[in-house]
Amino acid sequence: MKRCDKLAEVGRRRFLSGAFAAAASVPAATLLTERARAATGGARVDYPSNRLANVSELKPNETLEVAYPDDDAPGVLLKLGKRVPGGAGPDGDIVGFSTICPHKGFPLSYNSADKTLNCPGHYSRFDCEAGGQQVWGQATQNLPQYTLRVDDKGDIYAEGVDELLYGRLSNVL
Amino acid sequence: MAYKRNIDRLPIIPADARKHNVTCHYCIVGCGYHAYTWPVNKQGGTEPSRNIFGEDLSKQQPAETVAWYAPSMYNIVQQDGRDVHIVIKPDKECEVNSGLGSIRGARMAEMSYSTARNTQQQRLTSPMVWRYGQWQPTSWDDALDLVARVTAQVIKEQGEDGLFVSAFDHGGAGGGYENTWGTGKLYFGAMKIRNIRIHNRPAYNSEVHATRDMGVGELNNCYEDAELADTIVAVGTNALETQTNYFLNHWVPNLRGTSLDKKKSQLPDEPHAAGRIVIVDPRRTVTVNACEAEAGKDKVMHLAINSGTDLALFNAWFTYIDEQGWTDKDFIAKSGADYDAAIAANKTSLEDAARITGLTVDQIRQSAAWIAEPKDGKRRRTMFSYEKGLIWGNDNYRTNGALVNVALATGNIGREGGGCVRMGGHQEGYVRPGDSHVGRPAAYVDRLLIEGKGGVHHIWACDHYKTTLNALRFKQTYKKRTDMVKDAMSSVPYGDRAAMVNAIMDAIRKGGLFAVDVDIVPTQIGQACHVWLPAATSGEMNLTSMNGERRMRLTERYMDPPGQSMPDCLIAARIANHLERVFTEMGDATYAANFKGFDWKTDEDAFMDGYNKNAGGGEHVTYERLRAMGTNGFQEPAVAFKDGKIVGTKRLYTDGKFGAKDGKAHFMATAWRGLQAPGKDEQKAKFKYLINNGRTNHVWQNAYLDQQNDFVMDRWPYPFIDMNPDDMKELGVREGDLVEVFNDDGSTQAMVYPTPSARKGETFMLFAYPSGVMGNVINDGVNEFIIPNYKQTWADIRKIADAPEGVKALTFKSQEFSVG
Repeated sequence: MKRCDKLAEVGRRRFLSGAFAAAASVPAATLLTERARAATGGARVDYPSNRLANVSELKPNETLEVAYPDDDAPGVLLKLGKRVPGGAGPDGDIVGFSTICPHKGFPLSYNSADKTLNCPGHYSRFDCEAGGQQVWGQATQNLPQYTLRVDDKGDIYAEGVDELLYGRLSNVL
Repeated sequence: MAYKRNIDRLPIIPADARKHNVTCHYCIVGCGYHAYTWPVNKQGGTEPSRNIFGEDLSKQQPAETVAWYAPSMYNIVQQDGRDVHIVIKPDKECEVNSGLGSIRGARMAEMSYSTARNTQQQRLTSPMVWRYGQWQPTSWDDALDLVARVTAQVIKEQGEDGLFVSAFDHGGAGGGYENTWGTGKLYFGAMKIRNIRIHNRPAYNSEVHATRDMGVGELNNCYEDAELADTIVAVGTNALETQTNYFLNHWVPNLRGTSLDKKKSQLPDEPHAAGRIVIVDPRRTVTVNACEAEAGKDKVMHLAINSGTDLALFNAWFTYIDEQGWTDKDFIAKSGADYDAAIAANKTSLEDAARITGLTVDQIRQSAAWIAEPKDGKRRRTMFSYEKGLIWGNDNYRTNGALVNVALATGNIGREGGGCVRMGGHQEGYVRPGDSHVGRPAAYVDRLLIEGKGGVHHIWACDHYKTTLNALRFKQTYKKRTDMVKDAMSSVPYGDRAAMVNAIMDAIRKGGLFAVDVDIVPTQIGQACHVWLPAATSGEMNLTSMNGERRMRLTERYMDPPGQSMPDCLIAARIANHLERVFTEMGDATYAANFKGFDWKTDEDAFMDGYNKNAGGGEHVTYERLRAMGTNGFQEPAVAFKDGKIVGTKRLYTDGKFGAKDGKAHFMATAWRGLQAPGKDEQKAKFKYLINNGRTNHVWQNAYLDQQNDFVMDRWPYPFIDMNPDDMKELGVREGDLVEVFNDDGSTQAMVYPTPSARKGETFMLFAYPSGVMGNVINDGVNEFIIPNYKQTWADIRKIADAPEGVKALTFKSQEFSVG
């Protein structure tokens, strides 16, 4: 699966030229999870309630790689340390975002210094503290954010996404 | 919380959907798209056989797939009177954009008129007139009769100089060959209107007079030249935000080194390396950042000059390159004229240029070497590009000429990897009868309107209220003059046409102005008008234009125009028909006869009457042929039709023959003369902050459609003003605060955006935005050809209010891409 926050180490420019770009463009060969099926006639797709992690696994301002609503849809969980729009958990500071850029589908990279997700393809950047608002970029939508629920045990569940994910015409395949 | 559509799936384009050629109708680049339409009660499926892509859409698609579209690319519109689904998505096969869609163009579908999905409900659907003290719908015949009677009466009393016109001259939406011809035939053919201006400036003039006078048309290369150049020089152009996919698809590959194979194969007899770039801009833009990210900082030279001093830099380049013997002597001898005179007149030392521009001598010397120092004995290929930083900057004419001097001296026009081109705003699409009667300098129309001149004003897709200089004064006077007519109209019964025209004429004789607004939406200047005529836009009519490399395409009509709206060319024709009738009734058959030849029924009629018969090479071009040429079209001028294809022209001047009467390219004397426009020195001395100004990525033009787009208005509810944090501290303002920008010419408002890269005392404000018009504080000083100088504006700033509620959810982080 494509991982986002390793990109800086790989070398952004290498990603952009030649081999790595081709690799990033290869569609995932298999579906790794069960497909959630929309109820007949539903106005929206039915999102699975998937446990992504436990609060104890999150470190402040560090990404935790997840996938939602299936393994072909990479994303991150973040504990931002301050209450933010869409934030879950006791401090309202846990957020989850898709890490596929909604412009052309390149993997986003987390900049912990200003808590943004950045796209090496065409320089779009999204503010994790502002509901994924595109600070600047070529996407025509803000970054899809997860609807999160944290239960008594600290398990973090994703139960929805608020924008269409890149590369699929239905958020649940 | 950021705006989210909460759309989690979209209808799938079925395999048998209709496919239409589309060129994006916003910026000069003209990206290729296709519009797919299918009946509203049908849909495709995920199986390969059930969708247009032939792909299994039950699987995640990869990066850069063609088999995906964003919610902004989808809508439900009317086509031939029936609801259809529509998807307008970028075309991967188009050489311009190779499948890229920008944040503006990729919203074309969402920005279309849809009653089913409530988008762009601001669109005008009926002719409207000022009746009983408010806007009321009426029929075309009624509205056109009123327009024709008042216009005819004004012409009778004041002559044609009493008819003032503001009209687009460009391509794309609110323009195009059909519509420039329609309006042009009316005002320059049937009449000889002199008091006419263009959408973004107060007179009817070229923004690039100088290059044309030198014999060098301003769009002389092709986009591929940006991939072939050794060095790109970018002056006052923020291409990543304003010519996005030209930059991404043609500049970046050169900076990244991925166009090296193309260089080696097309230009095998010389050494090649990844491209370098010299960016001349007082402001650090996102373009500078992107270039550094791609090429590395050692290949990017950002020359952050003092605002308005470009000319001194170019003259120093010219002088230094000549002194070093780096000029193309054969080219100058064969194709140039007036070289020695220009060298003598423009002589500028590196030291003098450094003092004026604020750069170091080394920066100027090194940038000149990047431009002209031979590479292993071979001529360096340099592409020069410029846009509004130069065009709307200090001393437009000479500065334009000074840059073309450098391009010519280095033999960079008409050759691969070269060119000296404007980057452009709108697409182009100009074909009109001759305009020489307008004169040069042309009339300063806005000033004449302020002075009380003119009796009737026809406005075509222009909004002076947002896009002119001295805008506050203009609005105050314009409202007063048009209110006189509104009050007069309210004093008589609407149905008594003779009494109505008399009342209007009485008001005009007292200094009033009758105003007719032809547009697709109710504009700000439209609020002051008396008649609105609803126009169709691109895709609601067949429309042709050309892009920044003269690439001409046909956007095919893919949906119905809203309500009774019509293409501008047909509105112009109907105005002409009514004027013919009214002048005949008035007993002036001779003058009435001028309005014959407007019997067009369709956009294609206007095209064949105009472009096909009047444009250079137009005889080779028809709708049918353009349809077959798809989204790649051909590059103007057309020279033949061969093997079922229109044959175009990739680059101009490849034979070394230029556009001046003697076939030469003339060098120009362009001595530095400081801040040229009247009032600028005084403003600079008196006010503390430079209010530099321009565009931003999310917004097209003056936001005439974006103002009803939730995604854009969520990001920019107010125009931003980028400000250095130290300036913010001194002014006691925080991010999102509303501030007043004010000087002796006017005042306006903006929202503070902290910008550490902004130099202290140098702000940058979004231009032409509905909720804060920057033009209010631009003084009325223009150059010798009535070109405005928007960029060099100084004002003071004070806080109005803390960040309003609608601003609190906004991000104010740096807009520069950074992986941290």
